[in-house]
Amino acid sequence: MDPATRRVQAADRQWRRAELIQRVAFALLFIATLLVALASVLVMGLILIRGAPWLSWEFLTTMPARGMRAGGIFPAIVGTLELIGLTVVFALPMGVAAAIYLTEYARDNWMNRFIRLAIVNLSGVPSVVYGLFGLGLFVIFCRFGTSLLAGALTLAIMTLPVIITASEEALRSVPQSFREVSHSLGASRWQTVRHAVLPFAVPGIMTGTILGISRAAGETAPILFTVAAFYVPRLPHSVFDQAMALPYHLYVLSTQIPNIPQAHRYGTALVLLLLVLSLNVLAVVLRARFRRKRQW
Amino acid sequence: MKPTEAPKLIVQDLDLYYGDFQALKRIQMSIVSRQITALIGPSGCGKSTLLRCFNRMNDLIESVQMRGRILLDGQDIADPSLPLVTLRKRVGMVFQRPNPFPLSAFENIAFGLHLHALAAGRRIHAIVEQSLQAVGLWDRLKDRLHQPALRLSLEEQQRLCIARAMAIKPEVILLDEPCSTLDPIATGKIEELLYALKEHYTIVIVTHNMQQAARVSDTAGFLLLGELVEFGPTNRLFTNPRDPKTEAYITGRFG
Ligand SMILES: Nc1ncnc2c1ncn2[C@@H]1O[C@H](COP(=O)(O)OP(=O)(O)O)[C@@H](O)[C@H]1O
Ligand SMILES: [Mg+2]
Repeated sequence: MDPATRRVQAADRQWRRAELIQRVAFALLFIATLLVALASVLVMGLILIRGAPWLSWEFLTTMPARGMRAGGIFPAIVGTLELIGLTVVFALPMGVAAAIYLTEYARDNWMNRFIRLAIVNLSGVPSVVYGLFGLGLFVIFCRFGTSLLAGALTLAIMTLPVIITASEEALRSVPQSFREVSHSLGASRWQTVRHAVLPFAVPGIMTGTILGISRAAGETAPILFTVAAFYVPRLPHSVFDQAMALPYHLYVLSTQIPNIPQAHRYGTALVLLLLVLSLNVLAVVLRARFRRKRQW
Repeated sequence: MKPTEAPKLIVQDLDLYYGDFQALKRIQMSIVSRQITALIGPSGCGKSTLLRCFNRMNDLIESVQMRGRILLDGQDIADPSLPLVTLRKRVGMVFQRPNPFPLSAFENIAFGLHLHALAAGRRIHAIVEQSLQAVGLWDRLKDRLHQPALRLSLEEQQRLCIARAMAIKPEVILLDEPCSTLDPIATGKIEELLYALKEHYTIVIVTHNMQQAARVSDTAGFLLLGELVEFGPTNRLFTNPRDPKTEAYITGRFG
């Protein structure tokens, strides 16, 4: 074989090797992705298959019966919805206000760096710690007792970092030129924020808020000590009442009630899952619509 | 030249720094009422910086330090007796890129009216109409007032921005390269508009386009590296520049 042919063959071999490695790498990456999707499908599939037959209008709208082994989960659904609503009421204004301060007013000094760091830390705190914190601050110190109020405040603090981060991002994505024009027309700083920035950040803020809330809605630990009742025979009358909530109810059904039909547990899990999922879908749809409609 | 007019704006010994970098050096000039004054010079020479001094837009930039004075009708614009909001109401600005809000044409023009509570209800509609008439957009837009402004052509958008600035009845309008994103035909139309507007407004326009400066302005200033090299009647400056650097620039030898 002459040297030229040998060189061509060597190059050819090398090329084949590179292609083989590439194929293996793609295959591994694909399998990893597939496993993630598989986990998601399995969780949802299992709960759907085992829980769906149990779903009925009665299950959703009646009080538990026979030591919670029968009847419905109405008070837990209502409790969770009330918690969600109240959490938004507390977290949204505070989160948006903080985000406005951080993006539109805060200068780069040590205090504001400290505030940012604190917010980042807040998002890393385990949820059970929020529960204990809420117990200490709202239930005991503020004397709200175990109540919707204490629970919602706890969930609000847990949700705040998500809302702040999302709102900051939404505010920053409003073009600088909007602020300039507004100032050049004689707007004060606040008028600029209020009329030339905030309106265009609303969709982003809403998406972030819904995502944050949907996570909070599924948490058990923060509500465990602050709001959740094992069983209350009536719906809460005020924010100072205890309430049942879906995640804690599911925990109770799964660990504290012997001889309960499996399907009753899975039905409860399915309702919780559907609630959280529909919030997520809402957020995704909102974001997609906004992206499509956005013109700048 | 209308020699009877008192200067609208007087700049005295203006120095401006971005941090350590001196962007404007000892600027002296006076801008006559109801004239078009053009600022020309190569990119980065400080034209925009100077323009933004007149409505104190540079206040928004933290690193900026200023010395010297600018007088508007004889009153120092940095004086607390002239609130920033009032200054910016009297001295309007149009930017390089057309930048309407992603709202309707109507809402764009009403924006400033709401800010200053200048009008309500039917009055707003009347002012919107007036402003659009003045920039020659009314006939084209009167049936589409409530459609998104960003659907307009760039030229129409820039006209709309001029109308938005005019709606709050400023005395001075600053324009920072208002035609740089437009094609020659649209540019010509905007120039005609400026020419018509100078009857009522004092106009200061930044441009790196010398033909434009020669066409529209009464007075022109040539800036180079932060210095106002030459300032005088446009005709004279373009036909008989006193400074060799001005001559070099307008004959295209640099810049
Ligand atoms: N915000 C800023 N911070 C620091 N330097 C700036 C800033 N804006 C402009 N400059 C500098 O000041 C000089 C003048 O800029 P500018 O007024 O924008 O020039 P022109 O409009 O004539 O092109 C340039 O050298 C530019 O780099
Ligand atoms: Mg410029």
